[in-house]
Amino acid sequence: MKQENKTWFLRGMRDGTPIMLGYAAVSFTLGIVARNAGLTAGQAFLTSLLNNASAGEKAGFTVIQADEGYLAMAIMMLIINARYLLMSCSLSQKISPETGLIPRLIIGFEVTDEIFGVQMALPGMICPWYTYGVIAMALPGWSLGTYLGVVMGNVLPANIVSALSVGLYGMFLAIIIPPAKGNRVIGALVVISMLASCAFAYLPIVSAISPGTRVIILTVAISAAAAYLFPVKEEDEHAA
Amino acid sequence: MQHNIYVYIFVMFAVTYLIRVLPLTLIRKPIKSRFIRSFLYYVPYVTLAIMTFPDIVQATSAPVAGLLALVAGVALAWSGRSLLTVAVASCAVVFITEMIVL
Repeated sequence: MKQENKTWFLRGMRDGTPIMLGYAAVSFTLGIVARNAGLTAGQAFLTSLLNNASAGEKAGFTVIQADEGYLAMAIMMLIINARYLLMSCSLSQKISPETGLIPRLIIGFEVTDEIFGVQMALPGMICPWYTYGVIAMALPGWSLGTYLGVVMGNVLPANIVSALSVGLYGMFLAIIIPPAKGNRVIGALVVISMLASCAFAYLPIVSAISPGTRVIILTVAISAAAAYLFPVKEEDEHAA
Repeated sequence: MQHNIYVYIFVMFAVTYLIRVLPLTLIRKPIKSRFIRSFLYYVPYVTLAIMTFPDIVQATSAPVAGLLALVAGVALAWSGRSLLTVAVASCAVVFITEMIVL
């Protein structure tokens, strides 16, 4: 390894440390969701190792629990993880055009909200070794946390499991609420989405729609309506 | 269960990985359509909100504990607390509430 690459790798590991700690705590609660959906610790570990996506995995476990089809799973992943497409587009502008295929395949493997964030915060082009350093910390934190969530979820008393099961939702709130504070459209969307989700969960006829399908239908309908009514200006995208 | 869990995991991985890696390897220019850009921009907020409520109320043993965790989580996130703080505080609210009501 070249000295410059080593420096970048160590810097990536340093920036990846708080991400690892946060991931371990949150993925522990994701492991509890996986356990409830009927996955073994090994299966949940494999899922987290390959996916590294909190919302996507949570939705995936919902599909598994409901025993829906593989196509429903594929559509669900496509919709829920659609934001990674946008992040990946941004990242493609942030890596040197000479970067080879293999570094691109590895950087693409670990496009998450947090890792995207630290990479975009770097000045200039990203050295792939920086990303490798972040991944070296974040990926074990995420996948081992999920594993422990399944294992410990089985031995922990019911009141602890009940408490930990909301950790994932706490993390979702920490992602959606701060932007909602500064942007009225996002704020209104969050409220409308929650009310619509609640209505679909409890009202007659629509409550027959499975939870997974509900997420897809409402996400597409509400996001498309918002995109049509309130098209985003360039500077808003960068602010978020 | 009719479906194989490993096929499910593979489908999750294949779709998610393609979404992440295709733009990085193929697209060298930003997306032009303002509608698609706006749609992709709103998706995370809408989808996370949908998945949070009413699920948070259904996840706990006592529904009121989940509701209080939602209120506490929104308040803490609003005041700019970190992801980890909000997640841990939500759990603590549920733990304390269920100790009282159950």
